[in-house]
Amino acid sequence: MSAREDILKAVAANKPEAVDLPVIDQTQVISYANLTEQFKTVLQSIGGSAVEINDLSDLKNELEEKKAAGEFVVNRITELGELNDAATKMSPEELAAVEITYLKAELGVAENGSVWLYESQMGNRLLPFICQHLAILINKESIVATMHHAYEKIDSGREGFGVFLAGPSKTADIEQSLVIGAHGARSLRVFING
Amino acid sequence: MIHSLPNYIDMKVGLFIPCYIDQFYPQVGIATLQLLEKLGCEVSFPLNQTCCGQPMANSGFASSSKGCDKNFVGNFRGFDYIVGPSGSCVLHIKDHLKDDDRPGEAEHIRKNIYELTEFLTDVLKIEKLDASFPHKVGLHTSCHGQRGLHLSSMSERNLPEFSKPEKLLGMVKGLELSHPARTDECCGFGGTFCVFEEAVSVKMGKDRIAEHAANGVEYITGYDESCLMHLEGILKRMNSNIKAIHIAEILNSNA
Amino acid sequence: MKTMKHAEAAAQFISDEPRTDWHNETLWFVRQKRDKASHGLPEWEQLREWASQIKHHSLSHLDQYLVEFEKNAKANGVTVHWAANGEEHNRIVYDIIQKNNVQRIVKSKSMLTEECGMNEFLHSKGIDIVDTDLGERIVQFRNEPPSHIVLPAIHLKKKDVSDTFHEHLHTEKGNNDPQYLTEAARIHLREKFIASELAITGVNFAIAETGGFVVCTNEGNADMGTHCAKIHIACMGFEKIIPKAEHLSVFLRLLARSATGQPITTYSSHFQKPREGQQMHIVIVDNGRSKQLGRADFRNSLKCIRCAACFNTCPVYRRSGGHSYHTAVAGPIGSILSPNLDMRANADLPFASTLCGSCSNVCPVKIDIHDQLWKWRQVLVAEGYVDTTKKVGLKGMAFLLAHPSLYRFAGKAGRTVMRLFPWLVNNKLNPWYKQREMPAPPKESFREWYLKNKQS
Repeated sequence: MSAREDILKAVAANKPEAVDLPVIDQTQVISYANLTEQFKTVLQSIGGSAVEINDLSDLKNELEEKKAAGEFVVNRITELGELNDAATKMSPEELAAVEITYLKAELGVAENGSVWLYESQMGNRLLPFICQHLAILINKESIVATMHHAYEKIDSGREGFGVFLAGPSKTADIEQSLVIGAHGARSLRVFING
Repeated sequence: MIHSLPNYIDMKVGLFIPCYIDQFYPQVGIATLQLLEKLGCEVSFPLNQTCCGQPMANSGFASSSKGCDKNFVGNFRGFDYIVGPSGSCVLHIKDHLKDDDRPGEAEHIRKNIYELTEFLTDVLKIEKLDASFPHKVGLHTSCHGQRGLHLSSMSERNLPEFSKPEKLLGMVKGLELSHPARTDECCGFGGTFCVFEEAVSVKMGKDRIAEHAANGVEYITGYDESCLMHLEGILKRMNSNIKAIHIAEILNSNA
Repeated sequence: MKTMKHAEAAAQFISDEPRTDWHNETLWFVRQKRDKASHGLPEWEQLREWASQIKHHSLSHLDQYLVEFEKNAKANGVTVHWAANGEEHNRIVYDIIQKNNVQRIVKSKSMLTEECGMNEFLHSKGIDIVDTDLGERIVQFRNEPPSHIVLPAIHLKKKDVSDTFHEHLHTEKGNNDPQYLTEAARIHLREKFIASELAITGVNFAIAETGGFVVCTNEGNADMGTHCAKIHIACMGFEKIIPKAEHLSVFLRLLARSATGQPITTYSSHFQKPREGQQMHIVIVDNGRSKQLGRADFRNSLKCIRCAACFNTCPVYRRSGGHSYHTAVAGPIGSILSPNLDMRANADLPFASTLCGSCSNVCPVKIDIHDQLWKWRQVLVAEGYVDTTKKVGLKGMAFLLAHPSLYRFAGKAGRTVMRLFPWLVNNKLNPWYKQREMPAPPKESFREWYLKNKQS
């Protein structure tokens, strides 16, 4: 306990004179004429793909076909059919075999191609990371311009975990050569519904 | 033809010639003086000036350069403007000149000292020059003038583009200006860095030169003779045909 | 073993000129990507200003925010630990490992644990940590420290990685394909993740208001580790605190754009509570930070968000490599942080710069890095950490230049310059002359010309 007191005492003694927080004036922030187009362009530039859809029929079909073919897919989107609840309780070892995870995200961010996922939307924190491929559904009207707008809409402290996820897992640690599929999902498709 | 600008005639300009220009590159001092006189300034050169104190201060010995500071204030008090052909030395004075005995005079100097191209652009507001230099020239953007005195916009910043030295070079007849691929990377002089970090310093200089050479320049110019001295040293060792020349010499040239 | 000073290590690095050129070009490319990303946002300069002000505010209320953060984190079910220094930090981590009797430990990138020498400490206790960031795993295999805080293996070429992986992961000899090598690491590290019992991460931002914290990666290694393991330890320097979640918007917009030119990292993970059955620990570390906070000239350095933009832009870093800085955090920011930790050991670092100022210009939180380098030089000289030869030379010069007649006499003496410009001596031992010619002495100084031509 003494470290805590010592640190807090030293910080109190050494901190600079109080200054106010700045006002983040959102009128000074970039705006986009077409949020969906901007989102798609950026997502593609960071290795993901974006598909605009008008209904969920193709996605439902895809899910059914994969299931029928015996692929280990996990669905966490109510609108697509039955949720795979068993997966939420699986061990990492078991989840490592998941081929595709289908998730519904809260919103998309046009400036950086990311989506926000609450833990409840993942079912299991590990799922969006450990699966080989990731398919994410967002509503078109949920796309916001920037991160300032995104944090207005989400409550990042509401659940135990949440993530802004932008594109597939990647690395450039070997001679700055971009490689998609470092540890996490090898691909990300975002379906924009609306 | 001389562009005398009568409204500047009463302007008293103190000419600040940094020590290494005085000792090794007198032609740069001469060009600066002639140019300012051509443009109608009343220029005098205080005879007891030595050095701005920067070599000591940048090496951590700012506390030892008090004597230099006092000498500087003694030489340059009483002028409307102080002008020097070296961005780095001017910046040092602007940022660090102190004199506890004459704080007001030191402050006046700090506020009214200008690097040459800055003075020509911002104070004299030169729009044309009677100069000719029919050569391919590469501009070296020295850091202290650029990032310290804001003589030109900086590649790192997201702000409107401009360049005071370039604007002036654009007024010189026959001059063909080119930019190195990295428009504003440091040449590696860095004061005593040039000897204490000799390997990095020289490598940086060689890399700057390679970019200018790729543009086929005949001259590398700039507003800081110290950087040019470093580049010239490397150019000569390489037996290069490229020459280093101070911008004052170009702006004052009449071929 | 004596640590080489920066200049010496840099000279060694540069002796392989093609490799130096490659290193320089590669990092310059990263800088260019950063330029493109930052120029894409018209509000870039405003964002930097906001970020700087938020950090300034946070530092000025740091004790309150730390207490608030602790309270909220505890309410979230997180155990909060405090460490005055690196040893205490390492001891806390060790105790958690011991208490839970775990062996399989993975770690995602944390410069703080590098700063504290945690891996070495745990290794000495017989505990081996698997670094899971690809670059960190590569240098770990090679028994080297990271050379860059964002790109830990940037000093290595494909072939080096291929050789290392051949030795440790039995990849094909001579297969230098990054895709192939990354796939091999993926397979190797996925095994480690799945088997891991304890995961250590750093912290990019800690939010006082929520008690949560954010970890950013591109590879997903922090998430793979923490969501697999039953224990998560997050280690943070206390300056990572920001007041509210909404402030993350400013920092997440700046961080990846400054670091690599990406609009955001692939994963910006917001940890709030441990998952069911998991233990979550946060270790809040001082290790010299409160001292730095008290140094008015240097406290701004605590605003750093570890993007490494100052590394990538630094013409000296690009040509000398991260290892030449002999500290956990290299580059310009390392050179203003490290003297605070140990002035004697790091007295060379503030001098490993031309003071060109590019670092301050790219800094997303507007740390006046090059001004602080200058100020550290003054402190180091005043505290007596500079070579005597340098001292004598510069003091002599200062004396000479303060006395106009002596200055002129020295100049006149054949302009041998020996005394006036001690570094400009024409002999083989002189570092100027090694690769550069001397300026040709003119027949008269400017002053002499002036007296002859203007004063008559």
